[in-house]
Amino acid sequence: MTLTMTGVRLTYPDGERRLTALDDVSLTVAPGEIVAVTGPSGSGKSSLLAVAGTLVTADAGTVEVDGVDVSGLDQKRRDRLRRERIGFVFQQANLLASLTAVDQLLLVAHVAGTSRDTARERATELLDYVGLSAKRGKRPHELSGGERQRVAVARSLMGSPAVLLVDEPTSALDAERGRAVVGLLRDITRDRKTATILVTHDPRHLGLTDRALVMRDGRLGAQDPAAVG
Amino acid sequence: MFIAWRDLRFAKGRFALLGGVIALMTLMVVLLTGLTAGLGAASVSAVEALPADHIAFQEPAEGQEPAFATSELPGTSVAELGALPGVDTAHGMGVSTARLNVGGGSAAVNLIGTDPSLYPDREDGTDPGAGEVAVTAELAETHGLAPGSTVDLNGRSLTVTAIVDTTTLNHLPVVYLPLATWQELASTDTITAVALTGDPGETRGAVTLTREDAYGAVGGYSSEQGSLTLMRGLLLGVSVLIVGAFFTVWTMQRSGDLAVVRAIGAGRGYLLRDALGQALAVLVLGSAVGGAVAAGLGALAARAVPFVLDAQTVGVPVASMIAVGLLGAAVCVRRTTTVDPLTALGAAR
Repeated sequence: MTLTMTGVRLTYPDGERRLTALDDVSLTVAPGEIVAVTGPSGSGKSSLLAVAGTLVTADAGTVEVDGVDVSGLDQKRRDRLRRERIGFVFQQANLLASLTAVDQLLLVAHVAGTSRDTARERATELLDYVGLSAKRGKRPHELSGGERQRVAVARSLMGSPAVLLVDEPTSALDAERGRAVVGLLRDITRDRKTATILVTHDPRHLGLTDRALVMRDGRLGAQDPAAVG
Repeated sequence: MFIAWRDLRFAKGRFALLGGVIALMTLMVVLLTGLTAGLGAASVSAVEALPADHIAFQEPAEGQEPAFATSELPGTSVAELGALPGVDTAHGMGVSTARLNVGGGSAAVNLIGTDPSLYPDREDGTDPGAGEVAVTAELAETHGLAPGSTVDLNGRSLTVTAIVDTTTLNHLPVVYLPLATWQELASTDTITAVALTGDPGETRGAVTLTREDAYGAVGGYSSEQGSLTLMRGLLLGVSVLIVGAFFTVWTMQRSGDLAVVRAIGAGRGYLLRDALGQALAVLVLGSAVGGAVAAGLGALAARAVPFVLDAQTVGVPVASMIAVGLLGAAVCVRRTTTVDPLTALGAAR
């Protein structure tokens, strides 16, 4: 299995008490599977991605990414795991303003120490894959919201990740563009055999995923089938 | 420096502004350094040119420092100091100011009465004997003097026999003459100081300074150099604050971007190297421009004011500006290492 979370618990300090963000969360996502996670704001969706993406360490439970138990990894090894096996697509794309579309991808390769020629070849391939070859030299402010999000998707694939963690990618897009981006993510999951978690508020996208789960007060449960369009 | 170069191109205006300020600060520091060196040379080049290791002065009164202007030693001190173990040679020196009249012109000069072996290199003529003087090249040029010319010093007519390399003392041109002739002009049988080679160790009845320390015995030298050095220090301090303030704001503005870069797997070292590389690039470019402009202005200024333009007076302040600027930037961009990649997620950005 590519992503396995077992009995994961995460708490944050909240004044004098601790707030439970994830409460005994268990989840398995197989290669080529895209799992949607919905839930109200503050329910723990982003915390789920943060733990799965090694951005934060769980208080309890185990997380395995592509067979690697992340619990005992130090900061440097977690950074390396993110570079090599995890791809992130952030809310509102989160592209760097000074970088062109192709540079957004090349940055990932530079961080990973990939050779320039290999990186350029792969960046070109990925921009072509998301239909943005013609926009490779454009900076974020010169791209539409949908284009920015597609660049972000391409960026997440630069490291050939085993796990793709997607945080509300359609929150700044209209329905049509949002559906196109989720469709792209589904295709990527199938083509590249990634284990993909898609956090979304929009129930219209649930039908494009393999499974839909819901977070409530830090607990993960099955989505009401009636909510899946 | 993947991000750094692209940021520099993207935010050209902001970095050009910072680079311009750094260039301006470097310009001022280089000009002040050249002026400090120039004024220093105008003050003490005659002492600097002495082929002596130490200079002995009269023991000053409590709370005072040895000074050429106030020191007075008996003529016998030359033999006494010369007899000390470790001393190779000892030559008495008489130092005083005088009015030089030549033709229709006049000038204030410093007289240094001492053995000709202590004079600067001779450019023309022969060493002066009794009733004769050597004048510096610049003084000779200004007043049209040559070996054989006659000058009037304090009302006494003396013959110029030599032209020596230009030196100045306390910003005045120097006329060299034998010690006995100086004593006649000064109507005294005492001397001002004793120039020594070798290491005299402890001396009684006199205080001995190294030649470099003796610069402080020239009136106004220490306060002049101290003031200018303080100004340079303040400029460098202000530069640290400017560079630090810029990179503090810059780092805060891009903390969201940095969080994303951390989230995609960049280590803290990667971000720190990138940020410091960016600061170094701006500092090097700004300082180089400032240094180059200052060198040009300095070359022009040297025609009118005491100004030393060489590799040291340009290179050292430029290097200092880069070093202190990098220090200021380092203190501020270390924030990049504390950026939490978690903030790249959710609506935190």
